[in-house]
Amino acid sequence: MPTLCLTSAYSITAAANPPRAAFSDLPLGNTAGRPHEPEFQRELLRRALVAGVAIDRPGTIVDTGMRWDADGSWKRWATSTGTSRSADSEADDRRQRLDFPQYQDEADRLAAESAS
Amino acid sequence: MDVEAPVDYIALTRATYDALGYSPYQWAERPDPPPWARMTTPLAEATVALVGSGGAYRRGQVAFHWRDDTGIRLIPADQPATDIRITHFAYDLEPAREDPNIVFPVDRLRELVTEGVIGGLAPTAVGCMGGIYSARRTEEELAPAIVAEVTAMEVDLVLLVPV
Repeated sequence: MPTLCLTSAYSITAAANPPRAAFSDLPLGNTAGRPHEPEFQRELLRRALVAGVAIDRPGTIVDTGMRWDADGSWKRWATSTGTSRSADSEADDRRQRLDFPQYQDEADRLAAESAS
Repeated sequence: MDVEAPVDYIALTRATYDALGYSPYQWAERPDPPPWARMTTPLAEATVALVGSGGAYRRGQVAFHWRDDTGIRLIPADQPATDIRITHFAYDLEPAREDPNIVFPVDRLRELVTEGVIGGLAPTAVGCMGGIYSARRTEEELAPAIVAEVTAMEVDLVLLVPV
C-alpha cells in the first residue's frame, strides 16, 4: 500500500525513515498548515501530494516550501513538544499521561456515555 | 540559532531530558531502506485514505487516554469536521481544537477532490493518539489495526498526518 507521510519534524521523520515524506516548516501541532487558513492548508496538501507521489527513491523527504512565517522567528520558542512562549525550553510541558479517556470537553464525555 | 534549518526535535528532547535528569528517549530509528509500494494510479484518479496521529476522535466516541493508548477511531471523512475532537498529552491542543484540519485535514482533502487534484477521498478516516512511548506496542498493536482498516478500504494512497 503506497503511503505518503506529512511532517513538520524533519529529524524524527528522517530517523523513522518512511518511504515517502513531505516536510513543511511549521510548529508541532500544525502538521497540515496554519489554523483558519484553508488556502494555506490546501496549498500545503497540493504540494505535498504532487511532490510526494513523484518520489522514486524510498526514504526521500521532499520540502513543500510551506513556512509558518517569513523570518522563522517561531523557532525561538520551539520546545520538544511544540511552542510555548512562557515555558522554559528545558521544562517538561507535557500533560500527565492519565490512563482514562481524556475528552475535549464534558459534553463529549456525556455524548460518549449516552452512546454506549 | 539557524532559523532556516528545521528544528531538531531529537536534539531538543535529549537536552530537555538531560536537564530533567531523565534517561535519554529512544526515538524509533529505521536505517534500512523502507519497504516500497509503487504508486500505480495517477494522483488525479487516486482515492486517498487519511490516517492522523494527532488524537482525533468524533463526538460520541470514547476519547483516547494519554497513557500509551494504541486504539484507533474511525471518523467520517465525507462530512464537515464539525464533530471532530482532539485529545493528546504532548502538544498545544488549542489551535487543533479550533481547526481540526491542521492535524486531520478532511475538509481540505474533500476540496482537493472537487479541484481534481486527487480522485477521491475514502469516506472513513482513521484517528489515533500517537503519543505512545513503546515502539513495540506501536508496531504490534496500533500499526496492524491501521493496516487492516486501510487495506479493507481498497484505496490507492494512504496519507499519514503525524503530530
